[in-house]
This record gives sequence, structure tokens and C-alpha cells, in this order.
Amino acid sequence: MSGGHSTYTPKTGFGRWIDARLPLPRLIYDSFVAYPVPRNLNYAYTFGGILSLMLAAQILTGVVLAMHYAANTELAFGSVEKIMRDVNSGWLLRYLHANGASFFFVAVYVHIFRGLYYGSYKAPRELLWILGCIIYLLMMATAFMGYVLPWGQMSFWGATVITGFFSAIPLVGDWIQQLLLGGFAVENPTLNRFFSLHYLLPFMIAGVVILHIWALHVTGQTNPTGIEVKQKTDTVAFTPYATIKDGFAMVVFLFVFAYFVFYMPNYLGHPDNYIEADPLKTPAHIVPEWYFLPFYAMLRAITFNIGPIDSKLGGVLVMFGSIALLFLTPWLDTSKVRSAAYRPWYKIFFWLFVADAILLGWLGSRPAEGLYVAMAQIGTLYYYAFFLVVMPVLGLIETPRRLPNSITEAVLEKNKAGSLAAQPVSQR
Amino acid sequence: MFLHALGALGLGLALATSAGAQEEEATPHYPLHHPEPQEWSFAGPFGTYDKGQLQRGFKVYREVCSACHSLDMVAFRNLEALGYSDEQVRAIAAEYQIQDGPNEAGDMFERPGTPSDYFPSPFANPEQAAASNNGAPPPDLSLIAKARGVERGFPTFIFDIFTQYAEGGPDYIHALLTGYDEAPPEGLQVPEGTYYNPYFISGPALAMPPPISDGQVTYDDGAPETVDQYSRDVSAFLMWAAEPHLEARKQTGFTVVIFLLLFGGLVYLTKRKIWAELH
Repeated sequence: MSGGHSTYTPKTGFGRWIDARLPLPRLIYDSFVAYPVPRNLNYAYTFGGILSLMLAAQILTGVVLAMHYAANTELAFGSVEKIMRDVNSGWLLRYLHANGASFFFVAVYVHIFRGLYYGSYKAPRELLWILGCIIYLLMMATAFMGYVLPWGQMSFWGATVITGFFSAIPLVGDWIQQLLLGGFAVENPTLNRFFSLHYLLPFMIAGVVILHIWALHVTGQTNPTGIEVKQKTDTVAFTPYATIKDGFAMVVFLFVFAYFVFYMPNYLGHPDNYIEADPLKTPAHIVPEWYFLPFYAMLRAITFNIGPIDSKLGGVLVMFGSIALLFLTPWLDTSKVRSAAYRPWYKIFFWLFVADAILLGWLGSRPAEGLYVAMAQIGTLYYYAFFLVVMPVLGLIETPRRLPNSITEAVLEKNKAGSLAAQPVSQR
Repeated sequence: MFLHALGALGLGLALATSAGAQEEEATPHYPLHHPEPQEWSFAGPFGTYDKGQLQRGFKVYREVCSACHSLDMVAFRNLEALGYSDEQVRAIAAEYQIQDGPNEAGDMFERPGTPSDYFPSPFANPEQAAASNNGAPPPDLSLIAKARGVERGFPTFIFDIFTQYAEGGPDYIHALLTGYDEAPPEGLQVPEGTYYNPYFISGPALAMPPPISDGQVTYDDGAPETVDQYSRDVSAFLMWAAEPHLEARKQTGFTVVIFLLLFGGLVYLTKRKIWAELH
């Protein structure tokens, strides 16, 4: 698919017969066997494969869970407990699915940060990046609705708070909120439509993933040097090289996943969600799932009015804006050099950004009071500054390190390890 | 809980503690005391339930807690997991009167329980439960051991991942049941009809009076008949009620982890061999 000729030659008569009519085996061969990948990809590049695996696993466990789940406010909580107690291996399915959502996000965050570090979003991969952002948005919607389904206290109150954001939008806000809820409060119609959408969205994700992979195979992968593939020695065949490396990373990832599923399946959840939803009893602290916490912190950081925008709308705008910035990243970064490996200053700001995201995550779990609010405001400020100031300005003023001429050269240099007497090489 | 893990990774300890101090000044945080972690037979990667302890805990539930607390999601048939025989389960079930019906005449009637019945509720409906308890209906206990957990705080919650600490629920129940003895600190107003307990998760005092006293339940296996022992046993029983498949989970987990280790090792060696040809 990546521009080169297909090297697929069917070996049997039947293979040729199929190939002349529906060349699906050719497509698979060209995409996942002969497809050339840069030879210097490190383990940060294995998370795309891991994410595909997690999506498939979530769909599989989810389809079976849906066979036993009842999307009705009277029955939902009990039906989930039935799965935990009476359905054969039901506890396993549910713990896999609930923890699977968390690990899906672990993987997607590593994947996104890897993209930010190595400048994977830069031309000609803008659409590839934007498709990824769309997948991330769909994932957030899916996860949020999925968390409502067990109908625990956090399900209910999380849904109440998050759908409440939409009412802050001027003019159409209330209408959007009522459309989401199917009424004026989180009720049975809400649960029903969330279940329907929770079942639908993963398949939309799968669709966008296909586009994402298509776009990837058109431009080819980036790599830790950020230099485009120039010669044949820069690449290796996807199979067996990337396949086996991805495979090993998957097993390691599954090991950590299994550790949580089997030994601490409730560590990532909130105890309150084992209490059935009660619209008359508000929990002391309403907190979303951990993967939403940085955004929750930014939402609550806006405690002041800005002109005509009150703090509620301001918070909602800042929260959605933080995701909108991801869509604009390809045009915000002005640097000609892709990889942070050759950008000494960007590297520092990048790791600060990672620390900032983690700090915001922690603050999202704290009550919005006292010093926490001030810290969240500083964290939000840096989050925005990273995209709106650091990315555009640094690209213009930073002096990047010397780039190797090719991926092959970079690999050879690395293999010589230390003994390289860097010969003067012409700049990029 | 993982949220804390997130914070810890990026945060300096100093920053966290200063924020924590600030928080304490703003509002009192409940519980006033953190529960003391206890030894549990079901903790750790090879944990299993102690059937003798579960039977004792069940006895405590039956003779004390069940006066006010339901156990909606547990059926009599589930009790076989505590080591009771089929006949014993039938006998236990038959001691309860279950409302059934309507019969052919259209009337509801009472009959002795069978193993497929669930534990009946001590109150006819939530309204009655609230009315009989000063407006605070006693919570159902089926999931209580997973529905309560005191925040562990930074950095403990990070270590919890490696020590596999997952017994916050039973630790909390044990601490609450044994925590009534302390006198309230000076200046604290304990509202009427509530009882001071510094281990209570959502306030300084709760509506449940001290539920049990030494010697109240007779044990026939020689275990000490103390509040501490009763609390320990009923906490273990409630953990089982909340997570009946815990043993199967941990055993399956061991198989899975061993498989992934071996398989991962083989995949790694294969990867090394394939890539070696390149270098």
C-alpha cells in the first residue's frame, strides 16, 4: 500500500483464482508482511499493535457481557452482580472488561506521548494524527458511557456531572443536555441510550482505526530519528521483524494487565461504585475514572469569570479546548526537526508536559479547594503554554543537534556505541 | 485510587505533603483514624478463605448483624462454599421463613426457605428500614467489603500495587466494629442518636450503636469470643459475600502469570534470534 509495488505472488492455483477476483490475501500480505518499517523503531512504537489488541479484547468481552447485562435502572446493578456471582467466568469477563478500559487508556497515553516526543504529527502525517485524535475522543465517550452502565453511585453522579457540562453552552446547551439524557435528569432513558451507544461506538472506533492504519501505510512510519526512510537498508519487513517485536511487547503488556485483573481488580475503580445508584444521596467526592482526571482538574481550575464567560462555561471551554489543541498540534509546532532526540530544549519542555499531565491527574482526584486549585491553575496554564507558546516559539529559536544523514547511519552510529568520532556531516 | 499513583509519579513528596497539610486545615477529613491493616488469610497472590473463619463470621452475621442488615445478593446455596454440606445448607435455609406466592387463591404465603432462596431482608421495604432506624436505613451487606475503602494516601497507594494490598474493605469493617471505645475529642458534638467512632468513613459518628460485645456469640471451635475476633470473622465473611470467586480468581491468575512469563520468555528469545541476523 505504501506506494511500492506489491510483491505478492500466489503460490497455488486457488490463490491465483482468489487474487484475480478479490485480492484480500494480497492486501494482507502487502500490509502486514512485506510492508517496510524503519529498522530503528523502539518499544515505544509497539503500542499501536497493543491498542489494536485491546480494542479487540474489549469488543469480545463486551459482546459477551452484553448477553447478561440488563440496561434498566431497576435491574442494571443486580445484573452486573449476577455476572460477578452466577455467570460462568463472569467475574473474569467483567474484570477483564473494566480493567481493560483502564489499560486501553494506559496504552493510548503512551502512544500519544510517543507521537508528541518524536513529532509523529508533522507533515505529511497530519491526517494520520487527526484520525488518532478522533479515535481518542471516541474512546473517551465510550469509556464514559461504559462506566455508567453498572449503575453504581459513581456511575450515576459521574453521568450527572459530565452531562451537566453541556448545559453551560449558551443557547443550545440545555437542549444538548436533554438530548443526551433523554429527559431532565439521569434516568432510565439515559441508561438505555448510553448502553446503545456504548455498544455502537467501539465499532466506529474500529472503522477509524482502519483509516488510521491506512493513512499510516501511505506515509510510512516515523522513527526515533525523525528522518524519512531514504534507502532500502533503512527498513525491514514488517514480518517477521516488527511482528515479533510487537508480539513481545504485547505479552509484557498483558502481563501487567493480568496482574491487575487477577490480583487487584478493584484498585483502579472507586469503592462507591459498589453502592447502587441513589439519586437522593450525593457522594462526598465525585471523581471520574483516573484517565479523565487531568481534564477534570482543568475544568475545575477555572474558578473565576472572564468577561461575559462565567466560570462554569470557562471551565468547560478550557477542558474541551485542551483536547482541541491536540487536533491543531501539527500546525502549532514550527520546528523543522521532528524528533525530540535532536531538540535539546523541546525535550525538557516535553518531559515537563508529561509531569504536568500527571500532576493534573493527581489534582483531579483532590477536592477543589485551597492550594489544590492554585496548583491546578498553574498546571492548566502550562498545559496550554506547551501547545500555544512552547511549540510555535521553540521551533523558531531552538538550535537542533546534528541530524544523521539516514536511519542506517543512525543505527550504525548507535551500534558503534561511544566509539563514534562524529565526522562533520552536512546539516539536514 | 490509581489517580494517586499518577500524582505520585510526577510529584515531589514535599509538594504533596504541603498540599495535604493545607487540606487538613480546610475541612476535617474522615475517617479521623485510618484503619489498622490486619492479617487476612485471603490476602496476597495465594490467598484462600479460612472456612472455619467464614463459618464463625456467618454465625456472627446471623445472630447479630442480620437483625438490621440484609444480605440480598447471597443465596443459601452459596453457603456450600463455607464448607457446609448439602444437608446443612438445606437445614440453614429451612430456618428462614420466605414469602412466596401468590398461590392459586391469589394469596401470598410463607414457607420455609430452600437452598435456591436468597437471605430475606429484616425489613419489608426500604421505608420501613429507614423508619425503624432514625431515618438511616442500614446498608445491605452483600458488597460492603468492596464498597468501603479508606484512601491510603501518597505514597502508600504506590506501594499497594507491589504488595497487592486489596483488603481495604475488611480492614475498614474490622476497624469500625472495634473502634467504638474511644472517647470523642473535646469540643466535638456527637449528634443525638449517633455514636462516636473515629474510624467511620463519612463523619465523626454513625447511627449504628456498638453492635456486639464480648461473649455475645458462642463459638464451638474454641476461637476467642471477643469483639476483636467477632469483627475479624465477620469481616472475612463479608469479604467472601462480596467476592465469592476470589480463590478461583487468584488461582487462575497464577496460571495466567506463569504462562505469560514462559511464553514471553520464548517470544523474547525468538525476537533476539530474528533480529540478530540484522546486526
